[in-house]
Amino acid sequence: MSEETETGPTLSLHVPEPAVRPGDTPDFSNVTIARAGQVPRPPVDVAPDDIRDMAFSIIRVLNRDAVAVGPWAGLLSAEELREGLKHMMTLRAFDARMMIAQRQGKTSFYMQNLGEEAIACAFQKALSPGDMNFPTYRQAGLLIAAGYPLVDMMNQIYSNEKDPLKGRQLPIMYSSRDHGFYSISGNLATQFIQAVGWGMASAIKGDSKISAAWIGDGSTAESDFHAGLVFASTYKAPVVLNIVNNQWAISTFQGIARGGSGTFAARGLGFGIPSLRVDGNDYLAVYAVAKWAIERARRNLGPTLIEHVTYRVGGHSTSDDPAAYRPKTESDAWPLGDPVMRLKNHLIELGEWSDERHTQAEAQIRDEIITAQKEAEKHGTLHSGQHPSVRDMFEGVYAEMPPHLRRQRQQAGY
Amino acid sequence: MTRRTMIEAIRDAMDVSMERDDDVVVFGEDVGFFGGVFRCTAGLQKKYGPSRCFDTPISEAGIVGAAIGMAGYGLRPCVEIQFADYVYPAYDQIVSEAARIRYRSNGQFTASMVVRMPTGGGIFGGQTHSQSPEALFTHVAGLKTVVPSNPYDAKGLLIAAIEDDDPVIFLEPKRLYNGPFDGYHDRPVKPWSSSELGEVPDGHYTVPLGKAKVVREGKAVTMLSYGTMVHVSLAAAEAAGVDAEIIDLRTLVPLDLETIRQSVLKTGRCVVVHEATLTSGFGAELAALVQDECFFHLEAPVRRVAGWDTPYPHAQEWDYFPGPDRIGRALQEVLEV
Repeated sequence: MSEETETGPTLSLHVPEPAVRPGDTPDFSNVTIARAGQVPRPPVDVAPDDIRDMAFSIIRVLNRDAVAVGPWAGLLSAEELREGLKHMMTLRAFDARMMIAQRQGKTSFYMQNLGEEAIACAFQKALSPGDMNFPTYRQAGLLIAAGYPLVDMMNQIYSNEKDPLKGRQLPIMYSSRDHGFYSISGNLATQFIQAVGWGMASAIKGDSKISAAWIGDGSTAESDFHAGLVFASTYKAPVVLNIVNNQWAISTFQGIARGGSGTFAARGLGFGIPSLRVDGNDYLAVYAVAKWAIERARRNLGPTLIEHVTYRVGGHSTSDDPAAYRPKTESDAWPLGDPVMRLKNHLIELGEWSDERHTQAEAQIRDEIITAQKEAEKHGTLHSGQHPSVRDMFEGVYAEMPPHLRRQRQQAGY
Repeated sequence: MTRRTMIEAIRDAMDVSMERDDDVVVFGEDVGFFGGVFRCTAGLQKKYGPSRCFDTPISEAGIVGAAIGMAGYGLRPCVEIQFADYVYPAYDQIVSEAARIRYRSNGQFTASMVVRMPTGGGIFGGQTHSQSPEALFTHVAGLKTVVPSNPYDAKGLLIAAIEDDDPVIFLEPKRLYNGPFDGYHDRPVKPWSSSELGEVPDGHYTVPLGKAKVVREGKAVTMLSYGTMVHVSLAAAEAAGVDAEIIDLRTLVPLDLETIRQSVLKTGRCVVVHEATLTSGFGAELAALVQDECFFHLEAPVRRVAGWDTPYPHAQEWDYFPGPDRIGRALQEVLEV
């Protein structure tokens, strides 16, 4: 019972808490899941008002029997699905190998994509060459699905002499203009509005390329996210606005950033932006929704907001221990399953894959990763071998080195 | 050659740049149809269309963030922040993103862009329309910071800034928009049409970034200043009857240290003048550099004249603004040593 004051009952602050904590039984009863195939597929030029309910449902294609069902199915051939599976398996194997490398002291830091592989891998397949992603730190699948060399990724992680970024960036903060991957920033949400600006530039120049913005559920609390939405809405920018809701922002559950709103996708409704939720662990669903949104952007129909509903199986980074703030078995209880297993089972169901082929593929991918790792480590790791020159440290701050930096470079002995 | 105000010169710089290069785009709050609250962009939307000069939502982070994305595509945005006092919501985008994108991506992405903003006091703008935040930008690796003091330089420096491949912070002393200002607030302001510095050539020309200008030669003391304070320093030296050499820095980063060094080696004395608050202001950097370069030639300690370390007041503006009297006292002090 609250006490009375002269102006009424005493107030108390509401601080949201997740349903369970370590030691409790995992509980995802709050995650409402539509049946696969249930959500309709509107035409891309649909009026945003007519699909407002899609911000509260979840588009799913693969059902519990690994069958692709409903209006969002049927876009990918068996060959494309096998390629998608290979991308996800490669990313998972890459993560596992680099996690060990970090534990072995070969680099300072690593962030894995475990459980979220379908999102970036499927989205990239829906883009065209020349389009530009403005990713966060958990979309390495964009690079793998775009064919970026694994050795270059590792060279960057090791900050070795072949690091394309000359040892200036944290590990996993990749950058490749040629592969449509804008340089990652550690400052959250800044890239969201930049993606909108890139899309606006393409429109200003009468180009046909589009951009994709990426953000995590936690970072939607940043003001730059809202700046991105208002600019995208105002100028009908050709951009796909992706929110990856993996339930956790380091130790903070998604309810803190989401506040009282129904879903993250619903944030787009106030801006008149078509907003959809998709099963982020369903490769086929992510691809289908990405294709829909990308076509909208390409046809000058403006932005689309997509909330990818998924679960961060691993820690936030190698510096994080999720057992301290959530039940250890929570990831096993995640109701949308594992993206690799779901696509594998679908291909088997189609008669296009088998357990034997899967085991064989795993071994082959592992060999590719080990070969790439050996090649990268020939050029050094963070604490061994050759590094980019200290001279490089002074380059590229400006297009041309100004006199004061030249003096400092000389003082440093280079 | 035409006599122009600084507003007209700045507008002309954008006009010339947009005419020469289709990749130059101009946007900001009230910048499009209306032409900006100071009218610096008046007529540009009509001439170049709304996709090259347009209004934006009131979101400084949005303006600068979108510009960074556009620069990443290959455009050359020249954006306006309505007052320098309002740049702080965009500070993260400028400092963490624009300034570093070339470096962290090893040149794969760049932010060739200009962020224009009216700066400084003297128009009864109070604490929210009078600040001089240049030191916040000069401290950041990867940014260039420019402060013009007259219409000719403003046009030439702005064209150079737009053509520059690095992000440039372009601070426009709003007190100088319509005429030079000598710091005597009780006298009528002279218009630029009565000043030789209002002579602005038509068409394209640049004033290179990183080159200071000796605006008055002298032997007794070197005065280092920029923006509005160049004119106040001139008036102060005149009133004090001091044979001062006055340098208009024009660009704070990159800084023309050689011109400063040569002058101080000649005079042996140095007074630094700026409007921004004293503590950790750019004057501290200048004083340290002069000490580094010229210590054994100095006849007196370097003195700084600056705004007081308070928020910019409204009613007491003229006691805050470094005027000729305060500068004159500093000159006398260094000459008496």
